[in-house]
Amino acid sequence: MINKIADTIAQALEGTSDGATVLIGGFGTAGIPSELVDGLIDQGARDLVVVNNNAGNGEHGLAALLKAGRIRKIICSYPRQADSYVFDELYRSQKIELELVPQGNLSERLRAAGAGVGAFFTPTGYGTLMALNADGTPKESRLINGKHYVLEYPIHGDLALIKAEAGDRWGNLIYRKAARNFGPVMAMAAKKTVASVHKIVELGELDPETVVTPGIFVSKIVCIEQKATQGGGFK
Amino acid sequence: MSNFKPRTKQELAQRVAQDIPEGAYVNLGIGQPTLVANYISREYEVILHSENGILGMGPAPAAGDEDFDLINAGKQPVTMLKGGAFFHHADSFAMMRGGHIDICVLGAFQVSATGDLANWSTGEAGSIPAVGGAMDLAVGAKETWVMMDLLTKKGESKLVSACTYPLTGVGCVRRIYSDLATLACGPQGLSIVDMVEGLDAATLSKMIGLPFNNDMKDASY
Repeated sequence: MINKIADTIAQALEGTSDGATVLIGGFGTAGIPSELVDGLIDQGARDLVVVNNNAGNGEHGLAALLKAGRIRKIICSYPRQADSYVFDELYRSQKIELELVPQGNLSERLRAAGAGVGAFFTPTGYGTLMALNADGTPKESRLINGKHYVLEYPIHGDLALIKAEAGDRWGNLIYRKAARNFGPVMAMAAKKTVASVHKIVELGELDPETVVTPGIFVSKIVCIEQKATQGGGFK
Repeated sequence: MSNFKPRTKQELAQRVAQDIPEGAYVNLGIGQPTLVANYISREYEVILHSENGILGMGPAPAAGDEDFDLINAGKQPVTMLKGGAFFHHADSFAMMRGGHIDICVLGAFQVSATGDLANWSTGEAGSIPAVGGAMDLAVGAKETWVMMDLLTKKGESKLVSACTYPLTGVGCVRRIYSDLATLACGPQGLSIVDMVEGLDAATLSKMIGLPFNNDMKDASY
């Protein structure tokens, strides 16, 4: 019998190695797998490369992982926020490496990893600083049908941590509203994907027509009780 | 000295909204462009896209009805219209990059006469770089429009012959909606679409230090 349901977060995150590339879903208040990130702090892996749209807020979740000194490099599109002071301090004191990636290139590089695409030409970033490698040399570019494109490579994860709404023991997932964001592409892009869900359902309860992430992309699911995520928030 | 009154932010938003046709799929950037939604006529249907995975985005919810799984790209709570849809980030940016979004309205630090856009960084030393979806939006939509004041607070023109700030995209802007005038831009340079009452082309040209090429046909409208 296939059973991807893990009883605890610790069990789901077992075996995460030092130096792993960890893809973390979420955008704004939606779809952040905070409990899984806390689990990663407890698990203890160090020297991580983390991929997220942002670089943490306040002192919880990703910011706490940063503060604990466990991240070597962050790949994201928008690190600077009103309350991203933990990252800001690490960046300014050169204690962390940053790879800034336009948001659409970030999601496409993840999709490419999941889809087995070796690299792809994108118009985004052509003629800008994003068309340069970290060492300042230009990325490969090409003129295709009169339009300029830059070559971008996939981002493969060792581990993806995502938040979905409901899942079954085969790992099929559905999401809630805009909390879907990076979940489906990150699930595809990692060797191992752990999804937190608010509800575990029996096989067959999720309508196959509406499954968003098929279980083939998911390794473990953990049920997290739904609770208030924001003071005065909706849940 | 000419006697003219700049458009207010609301009037500017209203001016942009006037040019959005029924049935258009539109992405309104964070900040000032968001105001445009308030002025799109309720007589017809326009579908708003948010890059975090929403088509058919509606207005802000009433206080107490916020849903933190339902936010826009600026991370503010929004609502959904009937007929709306959710999708993941890669599909969302495919809509943009793939040219499925008709119009994208963005703010800007600088725009060049040939449509280069600088709106993500002032290149200030020690600042933390952050680009978000700006570069994807700028080059992806069928039409990229900029909405901005024509001059900085110091009175310098934000319309320039070549951007001095780091670029967001090359030759991507088609229209500039500003407090003083609406301009078209492209490989042939700038041309005037309209100006606020009392302003003339010579005065405007002097303010921004750039010539106009009004023989150029504004291809889109």
